[in-house]
Amino acid sequence: MPSLGADMESAKLTEWMVKPGDTVKRGDIVAAVETSKGIIDIEIFEAGQIGELLVQPGTDVAVGAPLALYVPAGGERAQPAAVAAVEQSAAARAVEPRAAKVVGPAAGRARASPAARRRAQELGIDLASVAATGPDGAITLDDVERAATAKAPKADMRSVIGRAMSRSKREIPHYYLATTIDMSTSMAWLEHWNREHAVTERLLPGALLLKAVARALEKSPELNGFWLDGRFEASREINVGVAIRLRTGGLIAPGLAAANERTLPELMRQLQGLVQRARAGRLKQSEITNATITVSSLGEGGVETVYPIIYPPQVAIVGFGGIVNRPWVAAGRIAAAPVVTATLAGDHRVTDGHRGSQFLTDLERRLQQPEQL
Amino acid sequence: MSTRIAGTTREHALELLRDMLRIRRFEEKCAELYSATKIRGFLHLYIGQEAIAAGVMRALEPRDAVVATYREHGHALARGIPMTRLMAEMYGKAQGCCRGRGGSMHIFDAAARFYGGNAIVGGAMPLAVGLALAEKLRSRDAVTACFFGEGAVAEGEFHESLNLAALWKLPVLFLCENNLYAMGTALARSESETHIARKAQSYNLPAATIDGMDVLAVEAAAAGAVKAIRGDGGPRFLEFATYRFRPHSMFDAELYRDKAEVEEWKKRGPIVTFVAKLKDGGLLRDADLASIEAEVEREIAAAVEFAENGTWEPLDDLSRDVYTRETA
Amino acid sequence: MGAARRFVARRLHAGNGVIAATQLQTGRTLTYREAIREALREALASDPRVFLMGEDVGRYGGCYAVSKGLLAEFGEARVRDTPLSESAFVGAGIGAALGGMRPIVEVMTVNFSLLCLDQIVNNAATIRHMSGGQFSVPIVIRMATGAGRQLAAQHSHSLENWYAHVPGLRVVAPATLADARGMLGAALADPDPVVIVEHVMLYNMQGELDAEPAAVDIDHAAIRRPGRDVTLVTYGGSLPKTLAAAETLANQEIDAEVVDLRTLRPLDESTILESVQRTRRVVIVDEGWRSGSLSAEIAARIMEHGFYDLDAPVKRVCSAEVPIPYAQHLEAAALPQPERIVAAAKALFGHG
Repeated sequence: MPSLGADMESAKLTEWMVKPGDTVKRGDIVAAVETSKGIIDIEIFEAGQIGELLVQPGTDVAVGAPLALYVPAGGERAQPAAVAAVEQSAAARAVEPRAAKVVGPAAGRARASPAARRRAQELGIDLASVAATGPDGAITLDDVERAATAKAPKADMRSVIGRAMSRSKREIPHYYLATTIDMSTSMAWLEHWNREHAVTERLLPGALLLKAVARALEKSPELNGFWLDGRFEASREINVGVAIRLRTGGLIAPGLAAANERTLPELMRQLQGLVQRARAGRLKQSEITNATITVSSLGEGGVETVYPIIYPPQVAIVGFGGIVNRPWVAAGRIAAAPVVTATLAGDHRVTDGHRGSQFLTDLERRLQQPEQL
Repeated sequence: MSTRIAGTTREHALELLRDMLRIRRFEEKCAELYSATKIRGFLHLYIGQEAIAAGVMRALEPRDAVVATYREHGHALARGIPMTRLMAEMYGKAQGCCRGRGGSMHIFDAAARFYGGNAIVGGAMPLAVGLALAEKLRSRDAVTACFFGEGAVAEGEFHESLNLAALWKLPVLFLCENNLYAMGTALARSESETHIARKAQSYNLPAATIDGMDVLAVEAAAAGAVKAIRGDGGPRFLEFATYRFRPHSMFDAELYRDKAEVEEWKKRGPIVTFVAKLKDGGLLRDADLASIEAEVEREIAAAVEFAENGTWEPLDDLSRDVYTRETA
Repeated sequence: MGAARRFVARRLHAGNGVIAATQLQTGRTLTYREAIREALREALASDPRVFLMGEDVGRYGGCYAVSKGLLAEFGEARVRDTPLSESAFVGAGIGAALGGMRPIVEVMTVNFSLLCLDQIVNNAATIRHMSGGQFSVPIVIRMATGAGRQLAAQHSHSLENWYAHVPGLRVVAPATLADARGMLGAALADPDPVVIVEHVMLYNMQGELDAEPAAVDIDHAAIRRPGRDVTLVTYGGSLPKTLAAAETLANQEIDAEVVDLRTLRPLDESTILESVQRTRRVVIVDEGWRSGSLSAEIAARIMEHGFYDLDAPVKRVCSAEVPIPYAQHLEAAALPQPERIVAAAKALFGHG
């Protein structure tokens, strides 16, 4: 199929004017093809004898594809009309416009993006001390935030935590509730799930607990928000903070954003990512500050009940002990069952025991229907 | 049987025939190469109109200037631009007359005083007027030949240019190649007055209509016009009745004209009629024709080889020749 | 405006970014129009290849009286009145340039240049490149541009940015007497097409010029007023307004640096960027409409190459997005004015 136009990519063969065996001379019309512009005659550029017709009328053929074989006068073997593909020169690469002589940064002025500059000012960080990873050696927003997180050495972190916890105990009137939850259904469901899914989709019990907390908070908005300026502000999002112990001995509680909207696998992945990044010191600023409630799970340590302290300005914190086998009464009989003790510490300025126990009851109910999490 | 034809010698006649055949075979080769994607973009073939380029160029001197349209391969060849450089330009190679920057529609050659190759219909007519103005201001007597199609007659620039050339008495030879179709629109559908020479006359420009299929008539008319221009320094206008045997460009289904009409014109084609005339007049033998054809074929093959072996301009040179001097 | 004009006139410029502290022992007073006329006269007298052609440049003396007297002095062959055929006579200018002449083609205003846009964009700008460097087109095209005389929408355009868009053209805007006097010569010496835009409100501008004016280049911007706090970038007819705004700002403790672009294509990026690097704030004053304007191009380049130097976003003062109206108060409100320039500069410092 010849190229007949700059924007022609293919055409439909409509009619053969020759048949195998016909003798043709240069310039003879051999076929008609239908293009976007109408029907155009195709000529042959070499004298010869038509061999096999390779395409049936009615077929769309791309430019360059063979239509028929012919034997050129001179008697060589049948060959398709030579359509040597044009060699494309090296893939057109965008040629950069000649840059103006770029003037280097003025002496004494760090090269930082406006966003970075503003954040540095907010955090009181000297730009000269920030390592730059941006284009042309500029400091980016992330660079500044990273510097901010890295600033606090481990010892400082403990004292910072200490100060926060003291303040919490001093200012927040805590009340405590606890309940023990039968996890047999959940654990069975979990076992089944993990059998049916790939290793990459494995769920740990912690994910179930976090999701249950997040969903229960939908019904208990007074536990999900902040005490600011003397009053409670409920949060529209449910970002469940996960208390993570750092290897260096510090503690951090970054938030799983919109935990109630994630599927269990998503939540699992999110959680794993959070833990990994927290331990590598590479949390995003938003993750550090976005938790609307915190969950503290000390299951691995072996304790059954946790009495946690609320992280201001949050107004509640949920604790989970380990999932342990204990004697349990079900259907009037005693049997061993996996149970977990869930505790709630609440800020009495916002909620009271009644409200809190409603939340725990809801939490327990959800853990009996894991398939709905 | 006479062995002469009025107005020419055998030698000269063969030269004219060779000129036309060079153009014809070159254009046919271009069609083939275009179909094989060696030539890209737009391709406008001059097949059927060869007599005009061949005849007019014989009437011009090297010091004269030529302005043409995008259907200008024939004019370029007849004017003496080497076929090798022309073919390389069609391919887009650095060895082309314009380093591959212009392509089929923009053939330029300083040595031949060939100022394009212009793709805007009517757009080059003011250029021709200006070249002629320069001649007049420099008190020289070169003629500027300005080729255009009858489609240009509709553009404002046609009227502005004719008026200016006549008003200022500039040595322009306006050459209208009326092939009856501006792309897909017949002349009668776009002009209230289809007698083009009359439009020129309305600007007080001496004008005549010539049979564009008769190379001897073309040559004679052009020679006469050039002589007149050199004589009084003012412009002249020739309208040639002609026909293109091929579509406007390669990608054209010719929905606008009858195949029968095309076949009729082919019978009156410039080469076939000239060959018949020369044979009748005893000036042309079959061997002569075969010899010319063979020579032309060799030249074309060499040009294709030259183009095939050509190189591509390096990408680093992309921005050259935009300005003559670069600023810091 | 009077103060601004006097202000401009007191500055002498060598046109290469430096304010010359040249003295005026042998200076004379003349107008911008007269400076151009002088330049035309000098060009016609010194080079037989130069000729002037355009509508009413001869008998009428020029629509803006720039070429008054030149016909009598140089004759009809070299000062040519053309018919109202922009396309033909600009194209003829291009052809004549190809044929070895140095034509100065006057298109009465940029408003009428739309009729010869094809010749300028498709011929003048392209022939060098399309021919692979075989030809150059040494044509100078002068156009009056801009608004301010209540001439309404079809006679008030500032379209020099359209020409500045096209590779192959050079575009310059003389805003001072020295440039009005000197740019023509530099443009004629340039082997490529040069479009000179002369703002209509500058023709009457008076000032002082050396008896032997220094030659100027057409490659660089000039700092008309050095400053530390903010860069005001402008060209052509907006220069006097910008300088007036700078005076007002000075009285309010803001030291503005005024950059006169002089060349719109190619833009003198170095001068602009160096200034922005020093002041870290910039206002671009452009009489065109801001959409797709020259100010947009300059803002983009500052963003690309001076991003980290900025302490505030780039601000622009352009004409309101409306066809220029006839009524005086509406026209004045549509065009950039010193008050808007001052306000824009102050906004960069957080004062609204």
